[in-house]
Amino acid sequence: MNTWVFIDHFKGIALPSSWEAIGLGKTLGNVTALVLGSGVDGLAKTAFEYGADEVLLADDAALADYRAEAFATTISKLAAERSPDLLLFPTTTRGRELAGMVAIDLKTGVMVDVTSLEANAGRIIVTRPIYAGKLLTKEACLSKPQVITLRGRAFPKPAIQPGKSGTLTKVSAAGGDFPTQVEGYTAGEGGVSLADANVIVSGGRGISNNPAFTPPGGLDEKQAEAWRGQEGFKMVTDLASVLGAAVGASRAAVDAGYVPYVHQVGQTGKVVAPDVYIALGISGAIQHLAGMRTSKVIIAVNKDAEAPIFKLARYGVVGDLFQVVPALTAAFKKKLGK
Amino acid sequence: MKIVVCVKQVPDSTAKVVVEQGKITWGDAPLIMNPWDEYAVEAALQQKEALGGTVTAITIGDESSKETLKRALAMGADDAILVADPALTNMDTQATAQVLAAAIRKIGAVDMVFFGRQAIDGDSGLVPAQAARLLGWPAITLASLIKIDGNRVHAERGVEEGRQIVSAALPTVFSLTKDFGEPRYPSFMGIRKASRAEIPTWSLSELGIPAPVSVISWVEIMNPPVREVNCEFITGGNPEEIAETLADKILAEKVL
Repeated sequence: MNTWVFIDHFKGIALPSSWEAIGLGKTLGNVTALVLGSGVDGLAKTAFEYGADEVLLADDAALADYRAEAFATTISKLAAERSPDLLLFPTTTRGRELAGMVAIDLKTGVMVDVTSLEANAGRIIVTRPIYAGKLLTKEACLSKPQVITLRGRAFPKPAIQPGKSGTLTKVSAAGGDFPTQVEGYTAGEGGVSLADANVIVSGGRGISNNPAFTPPGGLDEKQAEAWRGQEGFKMVTDLASVLGAAVGASRAAVDAGYVPYVHQVGQTGKVVAPDVYIALGISGAIQHLAGMRTSKVIIAVNKDAEAPIFKLARYGVVGDLFQVVPALTAAFKKKLGK
Repeated sequence: MKIVVCVKQVPDSTAKVVVEQGKITWGDAPLIMNPWDEYAVEAALQQKEALGGTVTAITIGDESSKETLKRALAMGADDAILVADPALTNMDTQATAQVLAAAIRKIGAVDMVFFGRQAIDGDSGLVPAQAARLLGWPAITLASLIKIDGNRVHAERGVEEGRQIVSAALPTVFSLTKDFGEPRYPSFMGIRKASRAEIPTWSLSELGIPAPVSVISWVEIMNPPVREVNCEFITGGNPEEIAETLADKILAEKVL
């Protein structure tokens, strides 16, 4: 099978799920990596080292900034000329919309956010979560090429082979007057992103209940709760930083203003599957559990022994967050030599 | 400003959704407007309030989906359209996008199309970009800020690294995040207006398109494997001792 992999990157830094896609493509046959951008020949080199047999490199000033229309048109044109069997995209913001647009251009369908895949005599059947993971569906695509987006961390990242090379083919960007202009960027708040994290430390409503916190005067009830939650989240962030973890939150914590929405885990937030998920003061509403239930090892600290989160947890502590969490941070600091 | 907002009716997010005898069921949980679409309706109403114009809510579904359109009307949308046809079953995203693109063309002279970021049932998030592609209009997905300046839109959108600031010529298709503020509750007057509204139903022949062919087939729907976990509760001693034990247990899993 001839598989194409879109290498998703921002200013030349690839998102790791691009390499995972190369790894999966190699289990199916030949892999061609699609590298689009300006001054991105370094990415082509890295794509070979992660296992790509060929790289189609569209290095063009017109592709310096990511624009969906320009990228999708370039990919569709190449695919129409060269007829790959399968196109893989990471399930990222860019990967998802490109997969959708390219599928329209090529008159085919998309299987999105796939977590496992079986191939049998060229026929692919994928599994993907729906209802935020409350259910799974097995899907097949009846048309060609097959277009699939892969959930980050669902497939192993291949080992890097330093110095490995392959066939580099330079291609041109699709011409055309694309209506969208990029005016700039504002950086995110930094830190580890939920989608790529090996470890996530999440806080819930319970985080605001520290009796030792006294909000400043002049706040109404809602503002005072948000203040208490923001203060409480500092211990979540501290533990996360010792573990090199991403910070997550329940919907209740986000809605109450403790942390911004980008941290929300669950059905109307992000669905995550880290190796370790530490839930602090999260009771475990069904929408939250759906968003983190496939994490490898779940640890919960909650004052309520009956909290549903303990049904998914490997280890649990029933106790006072405000004593246990700082102690846990201190213990990890010592043990990890930080 | 003529705004179309595409909405979908889905089982409530708190519903316990399971597969029984090959069919998806959610007990007696109510059907609601997809929560992400409520944000899209809110954003559309804000644009209308700022710029004037109309907001039209549209959905594909059966007669019961009118409830979700009525919700949009009660929130303040001016009119609503149901696209219903016996041929519209088990649609994949490109089939859905074809039908919506045809409906948007039939509405005519549309400036902006709003979608929620994804539906909480199928979770695909593909339809906004696919509908835009079919219409030949720009797609700005995951928009968190929209400012109209004459015939151009300036928008911010969430990407993994932060926000990308883009501009495009109208008409444009957007999918929206939660950044436009909490969706408003329908007013009493709004609910009265919605309950009396006559919602037109458009069939495929009225859209002037053949039944779209879905190419993604669902081979099987499954409940996820039951997680066999017995929680080991760490007890005894003071918080420092508990933390010490817990840290050792986590480190012994060799995943850090």
